Amino acid sequence: MSAGNQPTTSTTLTLAKALNAGLRAALAGDEKVLLYGEDIGSLGGVFRVTDRLQAEFGTDRVMDSPLAESGLIGTAIGMAMRGYRPVVELQFDGFVFPGFDQITQQLAKLRFRSHGRVALPVVVRFPYGGGIGSVENHSESVEAYFTHTPGLTVVSPATPNDAYWMIQQAIATPDPVIFLEPKRRYHEKGQLDLTAPARELHEAAVVRRGEDLTLIAWGPMVRTCLDAANAAEQEGRSIEVLDLRSLQPLDMPTILESVGRTSRAIVVHEAARNYGPGAEVAARLSEELFYVMESPVLRVTGYDTPYPPSAVERDWLPNLDRVLAAVDRSMAY
Amino acid sequence: MTAAMSMGMPTTRPQTTPGRFDAPNPAHTPMVQLIDETGGRIADPDFSLQLKPVQAVGLLRDMARIRRFDTEATALQRKGQLSLWAPLLGQEAIQVGVRAALGPADHVFPSHREHGLALLMGLPVERILAIFKGAEMGDWDAERLRFHHYNMVIGAHTLHGVGYAMGQARDAAADPLADTGVSVIFHGDGAISEGDVNEAYVFAAAYQAPAVFICVNNQWAISEPVELQSRVPLYQRAWGFGIPSVRVDGNDVVAMQSVTDWALNRARAGQGPTFIEAYTYRMGAHTTSDDPTKYRESSQAEAWRRKDPLHRTQSWLRASGVWDDAQQARLDQDAEAFGAEVRAAVDRVQAPRLDEVFDRVYARPTADLAAQRAQALDEASR
Ligand SMILES: Cc1ncc(C[n+]2csc(CCOP(=O)(O)OP(=O)(O)O)c2C)c(N)n1
Repeated sequence: MSAGNQPTTSTTLTLAKALNAGLRAALAGDEKVLLYGEDIGSLGGVFRVTDRLQAEFGTDRVMDSPLAESGLIGTAIGMAMRGYRPVVELQFDGFVFPGFDQITQQLAKLRFRSHGRVALPVVVRFPYGGGIGSVENHSESVEAYFTHTPGLTVVSPATPNDAYWMIQQAIATPDPVIFLEPKRRYHEKGQLDLTAPARELHEAAVVRRGEDLTLIAWGPMVRTCLDAANAAEQEGRSIEVLDLRSLQPLDMPTILESVGRTSRAIVVHEAARNYGPGAEVAARLSEELFYVMESPVLRVTGYDTPYPPSAVERDWLPNLDRVLAAVDRSMAY
Repeated sequence: MTAAMSMGMPTTRPQTTPGRFDAPNPAHTPMVQLIDETGGRIADPDFSLQLKPVQAVGLLRDMARIRRFDTEATALQRKGQLSLWAPLLGQEAIQVGVRAALGPADHVFPSHREHGLALLMGLPVERILAIFKGAEMGDWDAERLRFHHYNMVIGAHTLHGVGYAMGQARDAAADPLADTGVSVIFHGDGAISEGDVNEAYVFAAAYQAPAVFICVNNQWAISEPVELQSRVPLYQRAWGFGIPSVRVDGNDVVAMQSVTDWALNRARAGQGPTFIEAYTYRMGAHTTSDDPTKYRESSQAEAWRRKDPLHRTQSWLRASGVWDDAQQARLDQDAEAFGAEVRAAVDRVQAPRLDEVFDRVYARPTADLAAQRAQALDEASR
């Protein structure tokens, strides 16, 4: 990123660096924005997403917190009540749970409880998902806990450009946002358009046009679906890929438009299947497009076990082969 | 700065009522030490040396073995044979000293860096390596080994340890003549901030559970210095929960043994929990993924190198006439051989089978899981 005085309209960055740039822009744009989390200061976070931000904005704006997630989120709520916009980093998906009450019962409900008098513009961001050979509790896909909690919004960027813009849009949102970062994509590069965001925070995006079937994904699985769509093309299949970007709220018009055209859909996510986010998408499609669908909505997901030892994660997670197998099944109807 | 100022209290406070302002004094932190940094014997009015030098020879051997394990595992990670390693370099005396004090019915609840203690409790080398190779999460019989499972969610296991101690106390009440044991619960200086850990202290005190907390204060929680977690020395915090506590030199293996023995005896005598702050330093990186140059001065580690637990034990044993060059040479040889064992062990770590992941979710697998298991095997075989 060039430093402000040099006008730039585009640049190429990794997803982690794009988040860093987005956070920097948010800090520079609003002095009420604070970054808050474990090891985010001099270390820059374990994935370096906040690299050098403390050096640039000071320890008052970029604060290392004691090692306590409930405390971290609870005090972020208090600061938000006082007019600040805390952006909380949790170190990994498996470490949101000590802060679960504060997220699902406090952060999510204060607007409701106070008849709208208390707004909590808090962003809780953390890396999620597997595929990087981690030890236990470092590969979880926890979307459903939060999409199932009214009062929270839940988004996940899949590309560096979305990462850059969506983090800024999330910070500007008047309500709490759970911001899920696809950790296995942190180091993938992409082009950033620095002039303006391509779309609103809660819009879905058709990232590949196709006619036969829509693959629906978000975050880490968007790339997997694009790869599968390209592979399927070799076999003469025209696959559309829809990046949901926002899980709560869902952009139903875009989803219905896409699946309305292709009349087949497969939802792909890393999270376990039962009661997972795919179930909601499938139910909506069946409610809205029952007469249009040519095959039942299928799901390719993690299995209903705890996240396995990483030595077998490749076969446990949705992968290219599993997605292609589901495409075959759907097309066979 | 006076102690009062650093506690954030007004300096002009009234001093008329004894006890009113007598918070623990962060400027006064007497630490139990029986062997100093150069290997000299120190007398402590409260804790005596319980092991004769000749008995301490075994502890030196254990520390050397553990250090070798750690060095070897770090090297294995560099060579790509482990996905991660959390080094214990510098913390050997804590693990060996605690082990030396344990009785036959006592149980250990480790955090995530007690690899040496794991070996001493009888865990095969490959079980620990397997965790860091991503092959398993704890495939051992904790009840039999009296060494419970690692926990990556910082602090959560401290409550399990207290609950286990509550169970031990109930068993003791039912059978007063049996040795039902004590729970020894490890956690770090960072963990002391977690709600679960503070609740563990509350429950341990409320039920006077036979528990011993070993707070390994290695000064750092990844990049965060202990001062961010606590304005007072960690052992002084325990008093607020009504738990007697002491700070021990964690690099002094015989002091660790002596203080742990005292705490275990308190628990056995029904006197409830004890908190031991083992004062040490994390000599290595947090894990092999970490880069400490980003957040701390290497001069700190230099200073702590002079307090090395192995070196000082050797000096003491030499001065006591029970250790010489020949023994040292033999120990070095043994360590070398053990290193080869560790390298061989990593190859014995089996990748788990995919189907087995489905078999251990419930006592009786659901029909749904059985179907998913079949599907997974089918898809993985394509
Ligand atoms: C609940 C939770 N939050 C954050 C983390 C990430 N994390 C792993 S180890 C660690 C620091 C632990 O420090 P300390 O308790 O002092 O133990 P040490 O690693 O120094 O032995 C952190 C923050 C975690 N594992 N669990």
